[in-house]
Amino acid sequence: MLAQNIIFGLLAVTMGVAALRMVTTKNVVHAALYLVIVLSGMAALYVLLAAEFVAVVQVLVYIGAIVVLFLFGIMLTRAKVGGETDVDNDQRWIGVIVCTFLLGILGVTLWQAFGEESLNLTNSVASGASSVNTQRVADSIFGQYLVPFEALSVLLLAALVGAVVVARRD
Amino acid sequence: MVLNQFLFLSAFLFCVGAYGVIVRKNAVLVLMSIELMVNAVNINLVAFSLRNDNVIGQVFALFAIAVAAAEVGVGLAIVLLIYRNRSSVDLTEVSEMKG
Repeated sequence: MLAQNIIFGLLAVTMGVAALRMVTTKNVVHAALYLVIVLSGMAALYVLLAAEFVAVVQVLVYIGAIVVLFLFGIMLTRAKVGGETDVDNDQRWIGVIVCTFLLGILGVTLWQAFGEESLNLTNSVASGASSVNTQRVADSIFGQYLVPFEALSVLLLAALVGAVVVARRD
Repeated sequence: MVLNQFLFLSAFLFCVGAYGVIVRKNAVLVLMSIELMVNAVNINLVAFSLRNDNVIGQVFALFAIAVAAAEVGVGLAIVLLIYRNRSSVDLTEVSEMKG
């Protein structure tokens, strides 16, 4: 229990610092690499929450595909790799005020709603062997949620065709 | 572990992402901040999956990841189109629809 809390603390600090650096750095490529740190931390959090399959999908889809897509986007829009001075607009203080306010509201609400409720690590989701947990996810997707799953695959196809049509040079 | 530690981390990351969306003017950086927000929400889904002893939260997180992937594909295509038409990805200049 203590080890899990220590690991969570390390992950939380790393992810928080990397996220803050991501939204403040002047270098677009560095921002993408800070995003990789945050996404890896999230994969580790999913393992901590006994969701191995989601963690693996996070690494495959986000770190493997989406970050590469972002780097291609940076390259094709010819952002200077050595750092740019002009990536922020003049709304910094509005942003700080809005986000502090939002964080305050969310924090108070969450505290009032859940307080110190602890996660039960002995329930069936957490204590089942990893193969059992993944099997239950698969049973859910291909049983109860088969229709949304198929709709999602059609959505992905439509999005890819749409992206090709939008980005194609005529 | 306490449930709220995950929810607070998620709320913090969501707010950092919202800050990025508000202050950035490079379109690619705005898309990255949106990804940060989507990911922050996924932590909540998985945490509640453990709390409620039910794998449906994980299933929903997987669906959200797939939708986010589609969103990034279309978003980057639009950014490339803006860059091709204007030779810049500065979002403060894209204001034709401003009243």
